[in-house]
Amino acid sequence: MMEAVDILFSASLWGAVLRIATPLIFGTLGALICERSGVLNLGIEGIMTLGAMVAWMTVFQGGGLWTGLLVAALCGGMFGLLHAVLTVPLGLSQHVTGLGITLFASSLTYYIYRLALPVSSSPPTIEPFQPLAIPGLSDIPFFGEALFSQTAPTYLAILAIVVTAYILIRTPLGLAIRMTGENPHAVEAQGLNPTRIRIGAVVVGSALMAIGGSFLTTATFNSFFPTMVQGRGWVCIALVVFASWRPGKALLGALLFALFDAYQLRLQHVVEGGVPYQLFLMVPYVLSIVALIVMSRRARVPQALMAPYRKGER
Amino acid sequence: MSRDTVLELTEITKRFGDLLANDAISLSLKQGELLALLGENGAGKTTLMNILFGHYTADSGTVKVFGSELPPGRPRMAIEAGVGMVHQHFTLAGNLSVLDNIMIGTEGLGQWRSGRRAARNKLMVLADRFGLGVDPEALVSELSVGEKQRVEILKALFRDARILILDEPTAVLTQIEAARLFETLNAMTEDGLSVIFISHKLAEVMTASNRVVILRAGAVVAERNTADTDRAELAELMVGRRVTRPVREDQQPGDNVLDLANVDVVENGRKQLDDVSLTVRAGEILGIIGVSGNGQSSLGRLTSGLVGASSGQMTYDGTTTDRFTPRQLVANATGRIPEDRNTEGAVGEMSLWENAVLERIGDKRFSRHGIVDRNGCRAFTADLIERFDVRGAGPQTPTRQLSGGNMQKMILGRNLASVPKLVIANQPTRGLDEGAIAAVHGELLAARKAGAAIVLISEDLDEVVALADRIQAIFKGRLSAPIAADDADPQRIGLMMAGIWEGDHAA
Repeated sequence: MMEAVDILFSASLWGAVLRIATPLIFGTLGALICERSGVLNLGIEGIMTLGAMVAWMTVFQGGGLWTGLLVAALCGGMFGLLHAVLTVPLGLSQHVTGLGITLFASSLTYYIYRLALPVSSSPPTIEPFQPLAIPGLSDIPFFGEALFSQTAPTYLAILAIVVTAYILIRTPLGLAIRMTGENPHAVEAQGLNPTRIRIGAVVVGSALMAIGGSFLTTATFNSFFPTMVQGRGWVCIALVVFASWRPGKALLGALLFALFDAYQLRLQHVVEGGVPYQLFLMVPYVLSIVALIVMSRRARVPQALMAPYRKGER
Repeated sequence: MSRDTVLELTEITKRFGDLLANDAISLSLKQGELLALLGENGAGKTTLMNILFGHYTADSGTVKVFGSELPPGRPRMAIEAGVGMVHQHFTLAGNLSVLDNIMIGTEGLGQWRSGRRAARNKLMVLADRFGLGVDPEALVSELSVGEKQRVEILKALFRDARILILDEPTAVLTQIEAARLFETLNAMTEDGLSVIFISHKLAEVMTASNRVVILRAGAVVAERNTADTDRAELAELMVGRRVTRPVREDQQPGDNVLDLANVDVVENGRKQLDDVSLTVRAGEILGIIGVSGNGQSSLGRLTSGLVGASSGQMTYDGTTTDRFTPRQLVANATGRIPEDRNTEGAVGEMSLWENAVLERIGDKRFSRHGIVDRNGCRAFTADLIERFDVRGAGPQTPTRQLSGGNMQKMILGRNLASVPKLVIANQPTRGLDEGAIAAVHGELLAARKAGAAIVLISEDLDEVVALADRIQAIFKGRLSAPIAADDADPQRIGLMMAGIWEGDHAA
């Protein structure tokens, strides 16, 4: 029993939390930006899978790790553009289109992967991002190992939260995005183009989702397999609600989920005999649902979320 | 005083499918002028202003502002040229602050900082100058309707509008708020701004404007200096014929149909109706007059079966209960005309025929063995459209495309088509134009003549005096004792509306 508590005080747990949280942070931020402009993007699961494969493939073919992330972002942005064109100017159902994008992107990913690597007994690996110890800070006991010995994309994720929060809250562009998600007619009446704003937000948001996926292959697993995203995209969609559409709370949510996940992994080794490990795997999801119930009852939903905007119509 | 033309519309024409919404309309606005654009619902007023502002593109015609032509379909260009528009349905985001709502679109999207402090100062100066006090940090959703409109006007002023267009600005305001608005508009014109306001209310056009342009069926039919005309002439020009509101004839009432005895209603933890008693008899209209917000909505919900009484009893057609159910009311031939026709009266996305039969879909006329008889429904609806003069629609038309007046005629029609025992009409003519009001009044009187008992809840004094046999005032959830309409003079009713009635102190 004491061992179960001791886990919480190990630096390796907290280091793992940040690592596990990184793809969730990128994915949640991406979904949050889309939804703040009024577009639900259920293509996230597929876009993350695509990002994971594309980044891995780029590196596997001899590209650099950062080039891999960039290519992933570009591909994610392209699928975002597809989703945006279908749902914004054409006004199609965002649910159905998003699920379609997920199926399309996942299948295409697997197809390209198989096309490039017809035979493989065990998936080939690449040389991943190495932990980047921040000089000085990484020497602090406990915190140094937990917080300041992460890979570069993890630091980038934290930076992305700060930048997104700043843009959304402090800049005219952010106001335009938020207003478009609340009432696109108000945006149009003030001389801006809500259609363009939505398309832009979905493209950028989708690029972030793909970067989140790419973290799995370039920093965690070192190889690609088709089912590796494992519902992380759906978790991100839930985290956006948990976060009440606010970037700061999104970080909190991602960390919380990652904590549950990292904890159950270690708990599996501590608890002895008779308890099936699937039970532990369930823990983060069950706790997430509980957290969602507690946190999001008073969430402030963007008023025009999922409402297509057509000029000259009310 | 120099009176330069600041705005000129020339030969504006716009079609929506077969409908000619604007037919070669020309009009001009001079500096410092308060111009009223008068017309019934559907006359093309809003379309014309939307073209001017760039929401719509005209099929032909030009818009000139301060002498230079505006490119069509570009709100941004209209704003930059100095045109501001206050829409009838506010274009505000409730979850954002007043300042956010005002600043949107005023800064370049590439900027890395938002100049909130400067904007806030500018806003406060403007608010001060025109007496439009608002809290810049308040959430828009927490503002009253009057305050929201102030934000809309400030939005236009913030962008240095020299020409202000207001689309039916008083539709949602109380009388006091409306009077304040016109004071503000006057101050603006004295300041050199020029204003166009759209309206179908004769009284405010007569008191507020300098000049009136009258639109009918998409065309300008006349133009008058306000000083040279009167209400009767404007009414005739607007409707195209003499409109006289029908007046009730004397008639002997029958048996009691609905009795409320000492009823309390508690909603959301607050007592909305307090010891309310009323009786309405067959062939009689009982008017419930009062300033809105004094319990009328609860009375409407109570008599429509949406809430129950927490104490007291209700007797309808011989049965006593403390709560009606909607199904039972429908089965008992009760007509209900709800306060808000858009949310409670009709389903906008569904067609006219679906809305017409929805309440009574179980009737043999409309369905058999659980299968809808579409032909029967459509025939019934076509009949309604003809009998109740619903214009601009067929049975298949989506209901949201109807104007307010025509939607109300449809709702009346479906309730009055077969003579009901009881009709609950809650604010039946709110937002309607002269022609539609006369039609609604005519139908209510016809139902009375046919023997229906009618409860008319209204805040329009003229309406209640013209239609009701007996009148009770509602104030803070309490009802006065009834007085006969023949004993009612406006002063006495005015006092009753303020809660002052004999033998009782409701304050």
